[in-house]
Amino acid sequence: MAKHYRPARSLLLFTLGLIGLLVWAFLPGENHSPKLGLDLRGGTQVILAPKVAVGQSLSQEQLNQTVAIIRQRVDGFGVAESEVTIQGSGDTAKIIVTIPGETSRTVVDQLKTTAQLNFRPVVAIDFGSPQPSASPTPTPTDASSTPSPAPSQTPAAQATPTPTPTISVAPELLVPPIQSIDASGDFADRFASLDCSKSEILNGATDDPTQYLISCEKDGSYKYVLAPADLVGTDIESATAGLPQQGAGGWQVDLLMTSEGAKKFATSTQTLSAQQSPNDQFAIVLDGVVISAPSVNEPILGGSAVISGSFTADEARSLAQVLKYGALPVSLEVDEVQQISPTLGADQLRAGLIAGGFGLLLVIIYLLLYYRALGAIAVVSLFAAAAMTYFIFIILGRGIGFTLTLAGVAGAIVSIGITADSFVIYFERIRDEIREGKRLRVAVEQGWIRARRTILAADFVSLLAAAIPFYLSVGSVRGFAFTLGLITFVDIVVAFMFTRALVTRLASSKWMNKGSAMTGVSPARLGVITSKQEVN
Amino acid sequence: MASLSQLGNGLYRGEVSLNIVGRRRTWYLISAILIVLSMTTLGVQKLNLGIEFKGGAEFSVPLAVADDSSVTKARETVIAAGETPSSVTVIGGNKVRIQTPALSTEDSNALSAALATSFAVTESDIKVQLVGPTWGEEVSKNAARALVVFLVLVAIFLSIYFEWPMAVGALVALAHDVIITVGIYALSGFEVTPASVIGFLTILGYSLYDTVVVFDKVKENTKDIYGGSRATYSEAANLALNQTLVRSINTSVVALLPVLSILVVGVSLLGVGTLNDLALALFVGMLVGTYSSLFVATPVLCQIKERQPASLALAKRVAARRKGAVETQAAKPVLASGISTVSAAGPRQQTVKKTRSRRSGH
Repeated sequence: MAKHYRPARSLLLFTLGLIGLLVWAFLPGENHSPKLGLDLRGGTQVILAPKVAVGQSLSQEQLNQTVAIIRQRVDGFGVAESEVTIQGSGDTAKIIVTIPGETSRTVVDQLKTTAQLNFRPVVAIDFGSPQPSASPTPTPTDASSTPSPAPSQTPAAQATPTPTPTISVAPELLVPPIQSIDASGDFADRFASLDCSKSEILNGATDDPTQYLISCEKDGSYKYVLAPADLVGTDIESATAGLPQQGAGGWQVDLLMTSEGAKKFATSTQTLSAQQSPNDQFAIVLDGVVISAPSVNEPILGGSAVISGSFTADEARSLAQVLKYGALPVSLEVDEVQQISPTLGADQLRAGLIAGGFGLLLVIIYLLLYYRALGAIAVVSLFAAAAMTYFIFIILGRGIGFTLTLAGVAGAIVSIGITADSFVIYFERIRDEIREGKRLRVAVEQGWIRARRTILAADFVSLLAAAIPFYLSVGSVRGFAFTLGLITFVDIVVAFMFTRALVTRLASSKWMNKGSAMTGVSPARLGVITSKQEVN
Repeated sequence: MASLSQLGNGLYRGEVSLNIVGRRRTWYLISAILIVLSMTTLGVQKLNLGIEFKGGAEFSVPLAVADDSSVTKARETVIAAGETPSSVTVIGGNKVRIQTPALSTEDSNALSAALATSFAVTESDIKVQLVGPTWGEEVSKNAARALVVFLVLVAIFLSIYFEWPMAVGALVALAHDVIITVGIYALSGFEVTPASVIGFLTILGYSLYDTVVVFDKVKENTKDIYGGSRATYSEAANLALNQTLVRSINTSVVALLPVLSILVVGVSLLGVGTLNDLALALFVGMLVGTYSSLFVATPVLCQIKERQPASLALAKRVAARRKGAVETQAAKPVLASGISTVSAAGPRQQTVKKTRSRRSGH
């Protein structure tokens, strides 16, 4: 096989391949630089973990649905090149949201509010914080649901406000969501003692729809005791904000239920409409916090409803958005938030490039000093590998959305050494063969056969070391592993098709065979002249 | 350079021979001391885990010049905002880094606004990182899982490609490298971040990569020895180590130069960051990895191999042959202890020819 090896053909193939990659990477009208990760160009990255109730597991469908909803939200921010991706699967899946450039700090809050939505009948209602006296009529904040445009908007002062709770309840029991299966025990006391003016109470949390809930209205004005949910977010087909057709009144939100939701809603409104205030109200609860609590005057059977009231356009839109996009099948927990300014990103990129360039320069000097002519081949090979890697970065950036992160840059820098090592192994084998007294051309052939096996075995371990973290981790570790694996692959291609061919080619030149000290394979310097004389 | 080439020639021929395998007790002692030191350091001084593992919030404020007064100012701002600073440090002379226990996004926004006001910088220039308390646990769990899967696959691969004693030798060397690297982290107080975890994984890969290269040469040299009675397994393995020593040195230099450059450039341009966390792990790990391939993996391998019946029989034959040889005043054993230069350079004598023919192994 060695006899049939044609270096020219291999070189030609490699060069054509490289040119092919170059053309592909620099196709007109496409993006011509690698896609940079967030840490190199600035932006916000949020890693969200979907959480389901204990004992349940996350289905792929739930996950896809969640991602679709978040994607809609992110697209709503209007930042180009924003991305929502899933990493991992099953219960350990993560949703990674990346928004490049300078973004507002509230982005994370907006993402996070895409959470669990429940519709719960109201059991009791009271002022959110202790009132100085039996108050004047509280300003109504609640909308009402049509078809009964005459809402009983006053959240019933009938549950007489208790200005100073006399029962003391441990404070840690007073942080919503306060839930109970049957609303017994100290549930009433906890409701009485709850003070909605404390901000942490309004941050939201997981809300189990099958239990009773004590919670506050979003602005802290009222607190509620709520029955288990009649309807959950997924029962809502759509929600839109708009003005009533007849033009009378303010903004409203039109609700459309799914067929199953319509049935549930019909049953629920039938019961509710027969009740006295405040028990005719249902609360729209998002993440355990009451968003709105309209009252129901008539059963709504058709599966479509209108929530009207004194909404502004913004309030109506935001309620519609909560109803529609808030209908996530799971709740989300923020695992990690990273916000990096574009300047810092540019700094990191520059530092990475300088470190890489400087490291490469040092390696080049060392290779040239030690291996001379062979070293020059190693340097050319390193550049070929670098060019190939760069083109592949660009192509993958376009094709599969591969992004180059700082960790990836570090991986690339580290790979310089591992790539150069393949050449070192090869060259040392050639020199070993020459020390054995073999002629250069034979040494190059024999050296390759021995080096090839070592290079493959060692690179296989490297690939293994890259592939496993790639499959088993999330975030920066993945970026690094991918780069490392890719470069190991490039290394094999370059060593097999390019370096070997160049060395073989060079070995047939007269100059190399003269054995000058500059060749790096000088028999004299490798101490063989004398033994050769002996042997011959 | 030329002298390294000369050393390479000498090592290859066996004229210059480092008795690496024979002196395993020395290397084991050195490694044992390093490992005990690492363990002790770990016991005394816990690893400085980054917020990715502990959970919490981190704010990095870029400034023209950051010094002690900026630390004080940052601390006051954080306290005024009603939060507790868990650490405030100056990074790279132009950044103040503030860490606090976990914050809600609202509180974090409020704090970053407060910091922007008090340092008169644009809020969006402040780098913010919030990490939930369970994230670090998951990162560690993933890393541990990756490690176990990796080790199992590597052990299988090495057992198939080489043989099981080599898999054992390689894994012992690997454990050695990781323990020492972790010890260096504990000692230096460098922060352990996901980037350092990446570093550890790379070290695993590199350590094994280097061991595979060395073992491949050992395998080649020991392939045919069982037929003859010229050298014991350990001697053949030792010659392989010597022959591959120059490669090991060159590879380490070439691999470490870029890492060193990350470390230098990273520190001077960026202060602490992903690159540095990574580079320190890599630098120490690669250095130890090269050492362990030669001085730990192979001696362990030889110890196992020498106990196998085939090797015992071989050793007996070699001893018998040597005894005869000494009686007839012929060739002396090539593997002396320590560095023994048979002769500097110059015309080769009988011994050399013998060495060569024996080494070529056919």
